[in-house]
Amino acid sequence: MPALQLTVNGKQHSFEIIDSTMPLLWLLRDTLGLVGTKFGCGGGFCGACTVHLDGSPIRSCSLPAASAAGRSITTIEGLADDNGDLHPLQSAWIKHDVPQCGYCQAGQLMSAAALLKHTPNPSNEDIDSAMAGNLCRCGTYHRIRSAIQSVVKSENHAVVQYYDKAADRKKGVEA
Amino acid sequence: MSQNTNTNTKLNRRSFVKLVSVAGGGLALGFYLGDTPNANADDTDFKPNAFLQIASSGEILLYAIHPEIGQGVKTSLPMIIAEELDANWHDVRVEQAEINRKHYGRQAAGGSQSTPSTWDALRQAGATARTMLIHAAADIWQVKPETCKTQSSFVIHPPTKRQLAYSALADKAASVPTPDKKTVKLKARKDYQLLGKRVSGVDNLKLVTGQPLFGIDQTLPGMLYATYQKCPAIGGRIKTANLDEIRQLPGVIQAFFLEGNNDKEELQPGVAIVADSTWAAFSAKQKLNVKWDERSASKDSWSKAQQQAKQMAQQKGKDNILNTGNVHNAFSENKPLEAFYSYPFLPHATLEPQNTTAWYKDGRIELWSPTQNPDRAIKRVAKLLDIDSDKVTFHQTRVGGGFGRRLMVDYACEAAAIAKRVNAPVKLQWTREDDMAHDFYRAGGFHALKGSVNSAGKITAWHDHFITFSNNGESPARGAKMSGKEFPLPFLKNTQLTSTLQALDIPCGYWRAPASNGLAFAMQSFLDELAIAGGRDFRDLLLELLSQPNTLDTNNQYSLKPKRAIDVIKLATQKAGWGKTLEKGRGLGLAFYYSHSGYFAEVAEVSVDSDKKLTVHKITAAGDVGPIINLSAAEAQCVGSMVDGLSTMLGLQVTIENGRIQESNFHQYPMLRINKIPEVEIHFIESDNNPTGLGEPALPPVAPAICNAICAASGLRVRHLPLSKEGFSI
Repeated sequence: MPALQLTVNGKQHSFEIIDSTMPLLWLLRDTLGLVGTKFGCGGGFCGACTVHLDGSPIRSCSLPAASAAGRSITTIEGLADDNGDLHPLQSAWIKHDVPQCGYCQAGQLMSAAALLKHTPNPSNEDIDSAMAGNLCRCGTYHRIRSAIQSVVKSENHAVVQYYDKAADRKKGVEA
Repeated sequence: MSQNTNTNTKLNRRSFVKLVSVAGGGLALGFYLGDTPNANADDTDFKPNAFLQIASSGEILLYAIHPEIGQGVKTSLPMIIAEELDANWHDVRVEQAEINRKHYGRQAAGGSQSTPSTWDALRQAGATARTMLIHAAADIWQVKPETCKTQSSFVIHPPTKRQLAYSALADKAASVPTPDKKTVKLKARKDYQLLGKRVSGVDNLKLVTGQPLFGIDQTLPGMLYATYQKCPAIGGRIKTANLDEIRQLPGVIQAFFLEGNNDKEELQPGVAIVADSTWAAFSAKQKLNVKWDERSASKDSWSKAQQQAKQMAQQKGKDNILNTGNVHNAFSENKPLEAFYSYPFLPHATLEPQNTTAWYKDGRIELWSPTQNPDRAIKRVAKLLDIDSDKVTFHQTRVGGGFGRRLMVDYACEAAAIAKRVNAPVKLQWTREDDMAHDFYRAGGFHALKGSVNSAGKITAWHDHFITFSNNGESPARGAKMSGKEFPLPFLKNTQLTSTLQALDIPCGYWRAPASNGLAFAMQSFLDELAIAGGRDFRDLLLELLSQPNTLDTNNQYSLKPKRAIDVIKLATQKAGWGKTLEKGRGLGLAFYYSHSGYFAEVAEVSVDSDKKLTVHKITAAGDVGPIINLSAAEAQCVGSMVDGLSTMLGLQVTIENGRIQESNFHQYPMLRINKIPEVEIHFIESDNNPTGLGEPALPPVAPAICNAICAASGLRVRHLPLSKEGFSI
């Protein structure tokens, strides 16, 4: 089987794929050691494993790694920028003290970041609709909403800035 | 955390405080909790950095002694030390303490006990260190200690406007004699600077950046990955399996049977597959073909249990739990209202599936596990492997949800048994399907209730035949017990509580607010039925009941205190606008419940349309758990409990047929999502009692408040949960 090329958090990787059914989740966790992306259900029901595939949220437990060949993946470890400055959503999550057990929160953040990328000024319905795929067993939903809304309302819409940087980084890799 | 320490001999046994100087300088204080050290205690057992260290660098290191399962104790318990120490929270770093019963007493997260069980000791720890820092500064300045005060990690001498940082005093403070407990003053509540404020969780930065914290995140050099297949009918044994085929699969390193030890709480029979990645193990498991011997397996059936309970309800209960006054006479005077209530079995469904990493080597084992109950894990693993418990080293990880599931340590035992057969560290990872199929479930329950009211609308008698489950054939299963102290029994003159057990092989366990989570629904709903039957306002009826003489032991700190109950009911109803006029199809429902030393009254506002579609507009809660430690975490626990309670009563259950759990994953266990949550409002009465825990007590009133609101809105009385099975939708 040919080597699998993937860009993960701006870094290019090449993998030897032995099992073409292996979900991206386990390649991230077991092979790359990026354990921030969580295993919750293995069936795409809970959203704990959400990552970005070329900027769109996907459930990494249900996507074979091989089918992501040549594409770019962002995980929770790559959500802050290159200087280590937190994504505004990460700061809002801390400020609003969102996590309880915290296990679902990486997936929640990746879904929220994808929402704001595509819809910088989401309505409450947009937020609910984008986040409904992410379960929180502890029931932190109210604070998830508040944290997202606080970023939307913020005048320094640093979300855009972050994604500009990410785009530059991607260009650099491709060049 | 290991450090070279010179033990100072100033041990004050009465206060169980011991002081040491830490290598590199600074003050470290240790306190014993729980077990009193005996006179022969070996001084070398003493853990110097048991609670706090003040380094010369300025960092104040506080240890969190109980497992963090999302209830916030890794932040809130150190806050208690920091308050009495007068530490600036920005100087504080928190670490999870090692698991060591000798140094910390019981370390566990359960029963909402972390706060009340450590409140005194943590305050004492902070205040003792603060006293020693003052003495050190006073000595340097040659002033009386009483003329000094502390603030924000500094000792200050106001008359001369001098100040010294704790960091500069730490070395000297370490040579000050440990003060007698009696001379250490604790702060008055009015002087609190930190407690009661909102503090963001100490692990939040790590959580939002995806750093490894949880059990599932543990990795060790050379680590292998394991999965364990047990019989889907609980208790079944292995006949044969295609192990030769499994061993040929890519990535598979070992595949073997484990016999089990006939204890469902430790090790059931199963097939272990050890591989070089989680996916290789999971993938091989999908090709595993086991022929099970189900002669010893569970034949339990929820549908049969329901039928049997209905028949039992027609008969007298087998065990008498409470009998006061004369129920029969009362029922002959006023014809009783009869109602049959039921609630289903529930899994815990922690979002982090069970897992443990274990490394067995030379007769010793090291474990990394997300548990609520490390003490139990150490004992059970030692027993299973037949080694001394001091050969078990246990590392407590952060826990991706507890809810009572991880009070049981079966998955740690499985990992230990597998590790013994593997010449490397190995991480056992359960799938979601394993997790749904092999839980210690919240037992379902049934109540055949009768109650009478007189012409004045007063309750004259109450009868409950409680039909519950037993795992041992003799006594109710874990979390499936009811006592005669259940509200409103102690407040009524004529009461009868009987119980009948149904045998069950599938193991039951503690589920958030054990017993209370089902009892509150039946008791508070039926009370509302009696209020309506008597033409009474439910709030008035509750307040009247709570003002009656009762049979509770007023000296027992765990007994319900009527005044605190009355106060939360008054506050919740006031804030929710109890009694306000609502449009047709919309109603308010009230419920009160006391559990885990916490008092909660909740009012739900609900609309019901003609298709039984519900809109839960708002839940307003008032709670009294004494003073609040971390307001942010306290509110989060209440809101989380209310979302959990609502989610569960709306649509959750597991069913059992032929000894097997029928639901396998979240598509069949539809927990509430963000788009269905109601508005929630919380009010705390910070009464002058010692603070108690908040992991549980806000949950039980949710279901009856919603059901009582449904009745107010539509006239429909819900007697069986979940609502989705009764034709309601949301």
